[in-house]
Formats: sequence, C-alpha cells, structure tokens
Amino acid sequence: MIYEVPETVDSAVALLSGATGSARILAGGTDLLVQMKSGVVEPDLVVDIKRIDGMKSIAQEDGGWRIGAAVSGAEMGEHQALCAAWPGVVEAMELIGSTQVQGRATLAGNLCNASPAADSVPAMVAAGAVVRVAGPDGVRDIPVEEIPVKPGKTSLGKGEFVTSVFLPARPVNSGDAYLRFIPRTEMDIAVVGCGVSLTLDEAGTCTAARVGLGAVAATVLVVEDAAAALIGSKADDTALDKMAAAVSAACKPIDDKRGTVAFRTHVAGVLAKRAAKIALARAQG
Amino acid sequence: MSQIHVTTKINGDTTEYLCDPEETLLDVLRDRLALTGAKEGCGTGDCGACSVTVDGRLVCSCLTLGAEADGCEIDTIEGMADGEKLHPLQQKFLEHAALQCGICTPGILVAAKSLLEKNPSPTEEEARYWLAGNLCRCTGYDKIIRAVMDAAEEMRRAS
Amino acid sequence: MPLDDQTPGQKPGEARQFKVVGTRPLRPDGIDKVTGRARFGADMSAPGMLIGRVLRSPHAHARIRSIDASKAEALEGVKAVVTRADFGAGDDDVADILDNCMAGEKALYDGHAVAAVAATSAAIARKALKLIDVDYETLPHVVDVDAAMKPDAPVLHEGLSDETVPDGVSQNVVHRVEFGHGDVEAGFAKADKVLERSFKTAATHQGYIEPHACLATMGTDGIADLWVCTQGHYMVRNTCAAILGIDQGKLRVTASEIGGGFGGKTTVFLEPVALALSRKANRPVKMTMTREEVLRATGPTSSTSIDVKIGMNKDGKITAASADLRYQGGAYQGSPADMGSMTAFAPYDLENVKTVGWDVVTNRPKAAAYRAPGAPMAAFAVESVVDELAKGFGLDPLDVRLKNAAREGTKSSYGPTFPAIGLEATLQAAKDHPHWKAPLGPNQGRGVACGFWFNFGGDTCVSLNITPDGTVTLSEGNPDIGGSRASMSMMAAEELGIPYDQVRTVIADTGALGQNEVTDGSRVTFAVGLATIKAARNAKKVLCERAAMVWGIDPEAVEWADGCARPAGDNAGKFPPMSLKEIAAIASNTGGPVAGHFEVNAEGAGVSFATHMVDTEVDPETGAVKVVRYTVFQDAGKAVHPAYVEGQFQGGAVQGIGWALNEEYIYGEDGRLQNPGFLDYRIPVASDLPMIDTVILEIPNPGHPYGVRGVGETSIVPPLAAIANSVSEAAGVRMTDLPMSPPKVLAAIQNG
Ligand SMILES: Cc1cc2nc3c(=O)[nH]c(=O)nc-3n(C[C@H](O)[C@H](O)[C@H](O)COP(=O)(O)OP(=O)(O)OC[C@H]3O[C@@H](n4cnc5c(N)ncnc54)[C@H](O)[C@@H]3O)c2cc1C
Ligand code: FES
Ligand code: FES
Repeated sequence: MIYEVPETVDSAVALLSGATGSARILAGGTDLLVQMKSGVVEPDLVVDIKRIDGMKSIAQEDGGWRIGAAVSGAEMGEHQALCAAWPGVVEAMELIGSTQVQGRATLAGNLCNASPAADSVPAMVAAGAVVRVAGPDGVRDIPVEEIPVKPGKTSLGKGEFVTSVFLPARPVNSGDAYLRFIPRTEMDIAVVGCGVSLTLDEAGTCTAARVGLGAVAATVLVVEDAAAALIGSKADDTALDKMAAAVSAACKPIDDKRGTVAFRTHVAGVLAKRAAKIALARAQG
Repeated sequence: MSQIHVTTKINGDTTEYLCDPEETLLDVLRDRLALTGAKEGCGTGDCGACSVTVDGRLVCSCLTLGAEADGCEIDTIEGMADGEKLHPLQQKFLEHAALQCGICTPGILVAAKSLLEKNPSPTEEEARYWLAGNLCRCTGYDKIIRAVMDAAEEMRRAS
Repeated sequence: MPLDDQTPGQKPGEARQFKVVGTRPLRPDGIDKVTGRARFGADMSAPGMLIGRVLRSPHAHARIRSIDASKAEALEGVKAVVTRADFGAGDDDVADILDNCMAGEKALYDGHAVAAVAATSAAIARKALKLIDVDYETLPHVVDVDAAMKPDAPVLHEGLSDETVPDGVSQNVVHRVEFGHGDVEAGFAKADKVLERSFKTAATHQGYIEPHACLATMGTDGIADLWVCTQGHYMVRNTCAAILGIDQGKLRVTASEIGGGFGGKTTVFLEPVALALSRKANRPVKMTMTREEVLRATGPTSSTSIDVKIGMNKDGKITAASADLRYQGGAYQGSPADMGSMTAFAPYDLENVKTVGWDVVTNRPKAAAYRAPGAPMAAFAVESVVDELAKGFGLDPLDVRLKNAAREGTKSSYGPTFPAIGLEATLQAAKDHPHWKAPLGPNQGRGVACGFWFNFGGDTCVSLNITPDGTVTLSEGNPDIGGSRASMSMMAAEELGIPYDQVRTVIADTGALGQNEVTDGSRVTFAVGLATIKAARNAKKVLCERAAMVWGIDPEAVEWADGCARPAGDNAGKFPPMSLKEIAAIASNTGGPVAGHFEVNAEGAGVSFATHMVDTEVDPETGAVKVVRYTVFQDAGKAVHPAYVEGQFQGGAVQGIGWALNEEYIYGEDGRLQNPGFLDYRIPVASDLPMIDTVILEIPNPGHPYGVRGVGETSIVPPLAAIANSVSEAAGVRMTDLPMSPPKVLAAIQNG
C-alpha cells in the first residue's frame, strides 16, 4: 500500500486517476480503517485529503454553508452559525459514533462510504444538500442523493472525489431535524433514520418539505409522498399521521441482525413524526 | 513496501519513527515506541481503550494511521501525570475505586481529560454521553462517572 | 497463644472490631493502572520475538480433509506453522481443550482454530494464513439448543451421550442431571394456581475488554516460560503441560495484569498454540486475539431453553416447583446445565421441588464459565414465574419471596442444608428501602428478583514474608482482577496489627507457590483471604517465639496484639512489647528470617444471595427500554474493601442489564456469527445507565475467620429476572425471551 498526502485538489485527482490498483480516499478513516482491518478492502493507494487547502473549512456561500470534505463532526458541532442554520444536519452528523469517532469522521466520508444506514445522509437529503465533486474532467455539483447507488458503491467515477458539501441558504421559518432508532443510546448503527426539513409561511402553513429516510432500503430514500402530506398542511396530527403512513409505505427494508422488516417499517413512521415535530418547532422559532 | 518517516511530538517530546503505510498509530505507539498505555480492545473504534489526543482532539489511535501523525502533537496516558504529581482525574479514579481490572482506565482517563478541557462543568448526562465510546465491562460505570464529576469539581475549585 | 479465630479481648460471639478490614484504602496497583504502566497480556515483548496468528474455520461444521501449509512455510519471514498434527494425543482430561485450541478431524464451529503461524511480523503472519489451503467437507450444522436435541439433528460427536441420557433424543445430548425432593405432582395438586411458562435466553459473551494474549518461549528441552493474561496461571501451566506432553514443573507461567475475565479466562485458547509455535521456531512467540476472534472463538455462555412450573396458594405459599433446563454449551460437553439446575430454586424453602438439566452440544464455540455459570438463566425463568404468580394474586412480590425464602436449616433444592445465610436480610432491606416505595412514572415498571451462588474455595497457597526492615510481602497465586491485592494486604495488615501500607501483595508465578485454583467461583477474597490470615497467624507464631527467646520466657507465654509481641499476662514477666519491626531487625540473630505460609484446599466458602430492584421505562411506540433506577441488595459476609464490593455488585448488575436487554450471539442460516464486534454485540455503554445503588448486607460466613463470603458472581444472577419483571410490568405483557431487544418488546406490545 502507498500512502499519499497531496496538498492540492489537482494532485489528488492526478493520484487517483493514475492509480493502477485500487485507490481510496482517506478522510477521517473511521470507515476505511475498519474495512482495511477486517480485510474487506485492501487498497493499493490511500490518498489522505486532510492537508488539501480548503478541505478543513466551513464557509458561508450564497447564504448557505460549504463544508469541506475533511471537516470532522466535532468541528461541525463546534460551529455555532452552522448549528443554528442546519441543526438537523449537524445533529445527524454528531450522532455518528463516539466522541473519538467524532474527532475524525466526516460528512463526505459518511456519504461516500455508501452505507444505507449512514446517519448524516437522510438529513442532508432533507436539507437538499449539493455535493461538489472534483475529477479528471473538472468540477461538478450533484444532489446528495445521487451519490450512493447501492450499499458500498457510489456514482463517483475513477479519479473523482468529493471536495465539499453545500447546504443551501435556509429560507425563513424553516427547520430541520434528524432522529434515528438504535437499541442503545450510543455506539450503534441506525436501525432506521429519518431526516425532515420544512418551511412554513407566515400563517404557519407548510410550503416546502423534504423527508429523507435511512436504513430501510439499499440506499437513502427521498420520500416525496411524505413531503406532499406535509405541504399545504399546518403539520397538525392528521398531516403528521399521513406523513408517517407515507414513510412506512416507502420502506423496503430487510430483516437483519439490527432489526426486522416489521420493526423498521413501523418505527420509520414513528420517527418521521417525531422528527417532523422537532423540525416544526424549530421552524416556528 | 517502503516505510514512511514521521516526525511528531508525543507528550511534549519530539519523536521520530518509521512506520508501514497501513500501520495504525496505536500499533506505532505500542510496538515501535513501547508506549503500551493505550490498549487495543477492538481495533475497530468501538471500545475507546486506545484513546489518545491528536492536536488536542480526542481520537481512537486504532483508527488513525501512524503516517497521519506527521507534524502532529500526540498526548497519551503516559503524559497525563505531571512528574510525580498525578492528574486530578487519576487521583480521583484511585480514590473512588473507579477501576477494577484497569484495562479501560487509560482510555477513559484520556477521554475524561479531554471532556474537562472542553467542558469544565459537565452534567452527569454529558459525562456519560462523552464517555459512551469508552467501554468498561467491570464497573458498570457508576464509580467512573462519580470520579469524573468529583475531579471536575476539584479542578474547578483549584482554578 | 490465642491465635485462633478471635482477636485478643474479643468475647466469643461478639462481632469483631476491625481496624483495617472494612476501610477503603487505595489499591497498591493503582498508580500503575492510572498511568498506563501496568503490563497486561499484550504489553510484553521479548528479544527476537515472533508474532503468531491463527487460521480459523469459516464453516460451522466441516470435516477437515487435508491442510496444505507448504506455501505459507515458504513465505519469507514465516518461522513455523502448526496444525493439529503438531500436537500429540494429549491426556484424555484435556482432549476437548486441545481440540478446541486446534481442530482435529472436524471444525466444529465458525471460528474454530485449524492452523497457526509464527512470523517475523503480524503482516507476514496474516499473509501466511491466506496461503494455507484447507480442504473442508462442509457438514450440516445446528446452533439452537432445542433443535440440537431433536433425534434427527446433525450430530457433532458420535457416541458422546452418557448413561443418564434417555432414548429418543439426539446424541448431541451429552448428559442429564436431576435434583430435588418431595412429590411435585402432589404439591401441584394442592396449589390454588399452577403456572407453567417457557423461556429462552440467548448466548452472551463475558465481554472483557482485553482480548486474550500471551508470550511463549519454549526450548527443545521442554523448558518453557509463558506470560499470559489469565484467571489462573496454575491452570494454564497444568493444561498446557498436559497438552504438550511436558512436565508441569518445567513450564513457568507468569500472570500479567488481566483486563477482565468474568470466567472467560479460566481455560486456554492461544497458550498451547503459542508454546507449540515457539518450540517449533525455537523463538519467543507472542499471540493476541482480535476482538472478532474473541467473540467467534472464546467462551460465550450457553443459550438456553427452559420450562418452569410452579404451584402457589393464594397466600403466596409455593406448594411445588419444577423446572426443565436445556443448556447448549457449544461444541463440547460441559455446559453449566448442572450448576444452573442446582441454583434454580436455591432461594426457596420448598417441600416439593424437582429440577432437570440437560447438557447439549451445538456448532458454537465451547462455552466458558461466565460469572455464576448457568445461574442467571435459571433465575430468570424461575423468578419470572414467581413474579407472575405473586402479581396474579395481587400480592407484594417481596412478601411472597420472604414467605418462601430459604433460611438457616432449609434443605436446599439441590441437597445440602443451608447454614446461616443472608437471603431474608436482602429481601427485608429491599422492602425497607426508599426505592421500593418511590412512585413510578408513565410507561414505567418495577421488578425485583433474587439470586443465589454457591461460591467456591479450592486449592490455595499464600506465602507471607517479613523483610529485615519489618515490612511484609505477601505472595499469592491468583491474578488480581478487581482489587484483590488490596484486600489481601488489608487482611494481612489486620491480622498482623500493622498499617495497610506496610504490606505489599504480589501475584507470584507458578514457580513460587504450590497449586492454586483459578480466580473463579468468587473464591479469591474468601479462600486466599483465609490462607492469608492463616499464613499471618503462622508468622505471628514465629514472631512470638522470637520475642520469647529474647525475653527468655516460654513461647506460650507470649501473645500478639496491636502489631507487637507482648507477655501474655502478669505471670509471664514484665517486658516492653516488641514490635514486628524490632523482631524483624533481629531475626537473623534469633534463628533466621521470619515467614508464614499456608496451603489449603479451602472449604466453607459460604453461599451468597442477592435481591435486585429495578425500574425501567418502555417506549410503547418503539419497544426501547431504558433502565431508570437500580438497587442491589447483597450479602457480602464481611466486606473487606467495601468500595470493591460495591464495584462487584454494580458490575454484575450492568452485565445483567446487557444480557437482559441487548446482548446476544446472532447466527446466520450458514451457522456463522453475524455480530463479532462491539458495534453489534451490544454491551452497555455509559449513557445507557443510571447510577447503580448498592446495599451491602453482612451476615458473617461461619467458614471464614472474618466472615467473608465471595461477592463477585451472585450479582449477575438476579438482574435478568428483575429487569424482565420490570419490563413486563411497564409493557403490560410478560417477556419470556432474552434479550428483550426493541423489536421483541414492540412485537410483544403489538400482539398484546
Ligand atoms: C465506532 C464507530 C461507530 C460508528 N457509528 C456510526 C453511526 O452511528 N452512524 C454512521 O452513519 N456511521 C457510523 N460509523 C461509520 C463512520 O464513522 C462514518 O461513516 C463516518 O462519517 C465516515 O467518515 P470518515 O471521514 O471517517 O470516512 P473514511 O473512513 O475516511 O471514508 C469512508 C469511505 O468514503 C470514502 N471517502 C471518504 N471521503 C471521501 C471523499 N471526500 N470523496 C470520495 N470518497 C471519500 C473513503 O475512501 C472510504 O471508502 C461508525 C464508525 C465507527 C468506527
Ligand atoms: S482499540 Fe481502538 S477503539 Fe477499541
Ligand atoms: S475496569 Fe475492567 S474494563 Fe473497566
């Protein structure tokens, strides 16, 4: 294995493009090193992106926030303005692993690991996050939900990597939230995860909503029916029940060591409702 | 396979080592530098026994490459006491009998120190969540949490 | 010389006034352990050391047709490869242990060792493992205990069943035990209500944070040294010697600090393999397990399937009780079915009782002891039925237990008649505790349960040496797993009448003392403590003789009190007391160094009981369970170091919480373990728990000079049941299947 620490995006792209064997980006390493340890991946080249300029910055842009691909969860949690703008995304990120894992884990790593249970991804989906990808053909921006294609697999091509995640400007009277279900209080992988983001008008009617769902299908789900159940409503109990039903209906989970189909389907609805209530309270200020 | 030359500061002392590219910081500390205070309970980030700080940030050394530490400052349990003076957390762990077998203790002390640096007055709940990545199978955590809270109080009084 | 079980001035029957015992001094190994310098199993290295790694079966059950290691042996840096062929036949006594350390004809579970290599680095060793070709013929497998008992189940070992096993069940059933007295059928006929329920518990792992590790050095002359984390280095010595066909005396084993064991380090896994590799390579070999190996291949406890039937009258009196307990112990005989069955009804004074236990083999790792082996599952089943009956009659569950409680003179369900025991005291303390009366919130329930453990004694040696400056070194042969050095130093100081810090206790290697039973059965504070006290008494005898010599009086006329030899009475003569230091200083001139030692097969361990009380809160929409309050009431006989006694109570309770709520071995259809890591093998984390309150009761054990009883194991016996009783109340439905993970609780709520 070769370990490289490029200092520019271009040299990282060149390294990745030129790799003859398998190549991996190293961000926080909290997935990659586990996989290397178990022998699931045995990369020939590891490219550490943490010393590339800009990868560690959280910067305001067009009223939104651009988060560098090497920013750790702990750094996001310490950024007050970011927490105020997108509390749901930050709390989703902060649910990942332990304090120790937080010290290293990144949003982009969580996304590019392409686990269906990744916590930050449903929250990013709800937030309408856009991912910036650098590659041999230059830079492109793509919606977050288009990155994972199946468990462990992304849509990124050879030589490409994510340089940042952009969370758009948040309209007034908006709020987001993320909840997941785990058997313990910490240190578990989500059995179900649900992110909700919504916007209200002056009268308190929901004008926009996005619902992202994790761990209930091969990739993150964008549940349009659930969003539709909220839009136009006051997010009252009837609307929330309708939304929860839409969420449960969208689930295509499997039975595994972490939960059953029936459990995941039911709890997805429960969490969606609870998350929507938090998002609503935040939108109401 | 060529080795990588790394220069770091460990517990304040400039330290150089050669390591294999896939070697973890934990392996470097334990096998190359004979700093065996950090323990390997899992090697996969789940137990916290390998906790160290890198540039002041609490991490699992089992999930960090030795090569990544180049230019960084690393603090381990071996650097926690100031000469013959134990850190208040170390002292409180002894007084509260907060260790039984003691294998989790170095990691928990390093993690607790990092907590108190960030938050000198944690609530019990904050302490429990901060330490949730440090498994202890012996104590049921009761005495550990008491020791951390007591040390926090003492450190607040002293400052 | 009054050197018996009494302190000078103490009247018979009067409680002894202790000076050191019962206080909370800092532990002598504490600074090493908070500074990171304590050396655990993996912390030792040797010059020229090789790294050993094990190749493990990916199959649950397979015949090993052949193993070709030639490519691995040819790899640069590989210095030795061993397979079963490198071990002799070994003694019959250790045949299963050897087969578990290195598979013979068949791989019997996922993770079973089939070969091992020693190489100059871990990376090379790992690479070498991939070069070993094992030709497997996979066989049908079985992992569930009830399935394994069926007559048509895949059979692990032909002809293993003994004469106790009836016809009509699988050969996987190795042994059947039965205990009891009276006539249960007649008893049931008299009951106002008879309740019968079936229970299941999943296999759980001890979950010690330190993986197994050792460093072996062995020459071709058979002389060998082993550094190892173990609960019993004497056991390691004897077992390895038998497996390798060497003399016990030639193998010196040193116990490292041990990072938890809970019973899981009472046998060998890597040690004989490391020695064999070292012998073959003629170099030191270090081996450590990964967490995955620990979970796949070392001792989980049994999973069980249990039926309990109890008859009770309206007033809460139990008329009869019976249980049928099926324990799978993994791939070899020796599940704790016998001990579990013996403990099932131990807390009760029963006229009619019958317990049947079944030891069953399955394609899982060989079960190792886990804290009160077999007892928690039995208590879960029995205490659940007692609770349901009591609540069904509208009775207070503590009153019902008090009404039926075993006490001094009770003929226990497993045979012996109890001497003074502390069960009633724990129940009464529970009843009087504010926790019992505290209000419960919405969706909360409160559960109580009792538990019992025998406690062990066994072979024990202690050597107490007095240095020329009058400090004391105490050598004992049991690894210190949770502060026992402190307790030994305290008992020695108490007995000698000197300050605690004047005694240093060390864990001696196998060359220094006679045979010592492993650190198990909650035996150490009792048995090693007893030997320590007796060794101190032997030393005091010598000290008194030396003073007598100096004073020119009869040794019988000298007594030991408050750390000094003193003339026993006015008739003995008038001499100023001589302190231990003074006598030590002149020891060389009065006959030589002073020491006391004691060797014993300790008996009289004194059984122990506990009652646990727990409040849980259930989220009715998700089935999630939160433990909100927990109190342990347990008899310690005499708490030598109360802080470490509390620690044992708390640790046992929390392991029980894990077992009750989330821990389980999950096997796939293919018989492979699906959760061999701490992420999915879910032991409790700090944020899952409240403080664990403790109440120490002290009902002296007549078998120990200070009244000490073991405390380590009883604390894991009641929690499964106490939590099940609490969750059942909170959820409004009886939970009979452990763990009570959220999907199960939610399904139970939804199905009513
Ligand atoms: C103990 C523990 C607990 C955990 N708990 C959770 C949890 O609760 N929820 C959860 O969702 N996850 C959890 N994880 C998984 C992991 O921590 C997260 O997925 C984390 O966000 C990964 O980020 P990273 O920076 O460490 O990724 P890395 O390990 O560095 O990378 C992950 C993968 O993505 C690729 N990659 C990384 N960055 C980029 C990039 N910029 N462009 C392209 N590819 C990239 C890497 O090559 C690798 O394949 C846990 C892990 C551990 C060890
Ligand atoms: S060894 Fe690093 S977290 Fe367990
Ligand atoms: S004291 Fe043993 S694991 Fe914590």
